[in-house]
Amino acid sequence: MKKNIFYLILLFFFTFIFGVFYIGLDKPNFYKPKEVKNKNLEEFISTELFSNKQFNSKDIIENNNFTLINIWSSWCAPCRSEHAILMNLSKKTDLNIVGLNYKDKKNNAIKFLDELGDPFSKNLIDPDGIISISLGAYGVPESFLLNNKSRIIKKYIGPLTSDNISEIIKIIQ
Amino acid sequence: MMRLIKYILLISFFILSFQKLSISNNISSEVDKISKNLRCLICQGQSVYDSQSDFALSMKMLINNKIKEGKSEKQIYDYLKNQYGEWIVYDPEFNKKNLILWVFPLILFIFGGLLIYRKVFIN
Repeated sequence: MKKNIFYLILLFFFTFIFGVFYIGLDKPNFYKPKEVKNKNLEEFISTELFSNKQFNSKDIIENNNFTLINIWSSWCAPCRSEHAILMNLSKKTDLNIVGLNYKDKKNNAIKFLDELGDPFSKNLIDPDGIISISLGAYGVPESFLLNNKSRIIKKYIGPLTSDNISEIIKIIQ
Repeated sequence: MMRLIKYILLISFFILSFQKLSISNNISSEVDKISKNLRCLICQGQSVYDSQSDFALSMKMLINNKIKEGKSEKQIYDYLKNQYGEWIVYDPEFNKKNLILWVFPLILFIFGGLLIYRKVFIN
């Protein structure tokens, strides 16, 4: 009798462990912490890609009702597929879309925009990635939707999808 | 004679190169120290110090700049926590959410101690 209970417990134990690991197989192993909400975007100064003029982020953001800052790079493959969506968004709405060119070569960035179109009202450069880090970005592509007080309304890590775009359009209207 | 000069030159270069190293060490050792306590968010399982990803390289440059601005170690941690959330530092804060994590080992310790005490001293 005692032996039977022992085997039963053993069986239960192993099924439990199997279950835990089996469920664990499907879980993504990349942990994303919860977003910090209601935060202001840190102010930064950067150079424009085409004109080489210096701009303060505050001046660009706070003159518009809403601004979308998109971190992109010509060497980043997801940015390439995301670009059509950005082009679409810039045609549909008058949203102020600002590009932040992450760790890129100037020639490549310009070639990229020539080839795929330029949805950005301004294109600031971030040659060593420091600005992106100070904004709290993970990498490319990444987008921040801001209001005219530099407050982060939404943050999109990874390429924008068409669902994200409809969400953005809903917010800005 | 020629040989002696050669040796002296070689040795002095050797010593000079060490001096150069010790000058640059001040800030970079501080950067190393801080970046060892930071989790690389896009290459999880590595610290910012260990990683060679774009994220980690930029992070190290940013820390370097902050130190040059005269920020203290704690100020830099607080700044990064504000940007990326508490998860970026390896040292979890004591708060309501992880209360069990901190207190449970203590409870186990006391409970186990009581068990041993009863077994050894009372029986």
